[in-house]
Amino acid sequence: MNGGRSDLRVDQWSQKRFAGLFKGVRSDSKDRSMEAAMQTTGKQKLKREIPLYVMLMPAVIITVIYSYGPMVGTSIAFQRFLPGKGLFGSPFTGLDNFLYMFKMPNILSVIYNTVFISLMKMVLGIIVPVTSALLLNEVVHTTYKRVVQTIIYLPYFLSWVILSGILITILSPSEGVVNQLLGYLGVEPIFFLGDERIFPYTIVATDIWKNFGFGTIVYLSALTSIDPNLYEASVIDGANRWQQTKHITLPGISTTIILLSVLSMSNILNAGFEQIFNLYSPTVYKTGDIIDTLVYRTGIQNYQFGVATAVGLMKSLVVLILIAVSNKAAEKIAGYRVF
Amino acid sequence: MIFLIFNYAFLFILAALCIFPVLHVLALSFSSSTAASSGRVVIIPVEFTLKSYEYVVQNSSFLRAFCISLYRVALGVPINILMTIMVAYPLSRTKAQFRAKGYFTWFFLITILFGGGLIPWYMVINETGLLDSIWALVIPGAVPVFNIILLINYFRSIPAELEEAAYMDGAGHWRILWSIFLPISIPTLATITLFSLLNHWNSWFDGLILMNNTDKYPLQSYLQTIVINRDPNTITVRDLDLLKIVNERTTKSAQLFVAMIPIICVYPFLQKYFTTGLVVGSIKG
Repeated sequence: MNGGRSDLRVDQWSQKRFAGLFKGVRSDSKDRSMEAAMQTTGKQKLKREIPLYVMLMPAVIITVIYSYGPMVGTSIAFQRFLPGKGLFGSPFTGLDNFLYMFKMPNILSVIYNTVFISLMKMVLGIIVPVTSALLLNEVVHTTYKRVVQTIIYLPYFLSWVILSGILITILSPSEGVVNQLLGYLGVEPIFFLGDERIFPYTIVATDIWKNFGFGTIVYLSALTSIDPNLYEASVIDGANRWQQTKHITLPGISTTIILLSVLSMSNILNAGFEQIFNLYSPTVYKTGDIIDTLVYRTGIQNYQFGVATAVGLMKSLVVLILIAVSNKAAEKIAGYRVF
Repeated sequence: MIFLIFNYAFLFILAALCIFPVLHVLALSFSSSTAASSGRVVIIPVEFTLKSYEYVVQNSSFLRAFCISLYRVALGVPINILMTIMVAYPLSRTKAQFRAKGYFTWFFLITILFGGGLIPWYMVINETGLLDSIWALVIPGAVPVFNIILLINYFRSIPAELEEAAYMDGAGHWRILWSIFLPISIPTLATITLFSLLNHWNSWFDGLILMNNTDKYPLQSYLQTIVINRDPNTITVRDLDLLKIVNERTTKSAQLFVAMIPIICVYPFLQKYFTTGLVVGSIKG
């Protein structure tokens, strides 16, 4: 069909992509027979395993300190933390910080904003790349295709600092190009970043703009792995383009879509701190403030460590539950386990 | 037929949308301050001048931050790769070869499912004395679990015959890893190198929080303070002449563009590794 199939390894997304991590799908039985042939004792096995432990040690140590260490630190959420007294000297206050959190005046709008923005990003974050992958797949002219591909995922590689710098310039109500263009069309200047009614949509749109190129590439690869015979057979049966897409293409990449969806579930309460932090301002707090920016201001700017940690802890727990639920749901719906 | 035209046009618009902002900023950086402020610049520079770049080159804060980022990448990427390989290999062994595999796999996976949060993370880094040094940017993130997963999947797709043959010849794990797995994994290794490079070059928040001294900010952290900061008086130029021609807008654009140059130069060529590496890493394993 096109240059997509590079060699024997380029193939479809695995059903058991992550589950396979635990099962050792490859050659368990072979190992057993090999073992029997070599008659390895327990002690010999351990000796052979030692290099593996050695390899793991540095990473394990770092992970224990810097990933599990902070987990211990979440106990700050249950204290009135005083930096001078440290983790073990600060007074224990139970659920006080959590109660304080729920009493914060903007907590509801913050949660709502977070969910609203991240849901929109998730949904559009699938629709847009899939659509553009489908469209791009129809292009026969390989150079055009490659050039477009390369250009559309440039924004993905740029940091939100750079992109925010660009966006602030472009979207400026007074000097920005976009509003100038709108001016020519007779439209009043739009405060993309300052108007609280528009801000969330600006955030979602610019986030999609940044990231859709990456998703497009991933889906394009998945598309090339669909068996061409299916298309040929369907053409013989008289299917038109649209029917082909609906009955062959979309189911063919469904595992990829599900995989990326479940993975993005872990992002559900991450409405995009790096982006929003750089683009927001007090005028749009009402619709733009998200959990992470609240945690940042509460903790880093207002030094309310206990409350900030409590909010963060709450968020982690909710995300954990959502991942577990979506994993189970994916299993029930598509027979597909990610974890 | 109509569909084809529509398709090409639509894709053209998509691509244009993606590249226009970059071109616009580039044009701004080459324009005079009056042209930039009056909004006359779109894609072509108006009243072409190199003064903004002159400012950039003379700006010691910018250059220092740029060098710190280079240093960070030089330290951080090799450490990431090393960690990735040394974790992926044991975890890609079968249950029989490595009996504790499942425990270790969960050990690492849990870290992406649940985290301590911003404050505890900061405190740990503080307690371990890394604060305000380049190591704070490099050590805590040294174990990139997503990259490890990619590499694990790739390693598991390597035919068992290769390592069995080596094993029969008496090779230990180190030998097998070094002589067999690594050479075969170049595409995926290139992919994870790219991800790691990207991550280190683009990180700005950790620099902002973990460095007490603005002199120690890596490039993106430094940019964050000048670009997002809306104070118009942050520019410091000695030369009044220079001030007449450049303004905050054009110098910002110039600095943004210089920060983009490394990425723009590198990423198109890595597309080849990037796409195959991602897909390869996902086959049955």
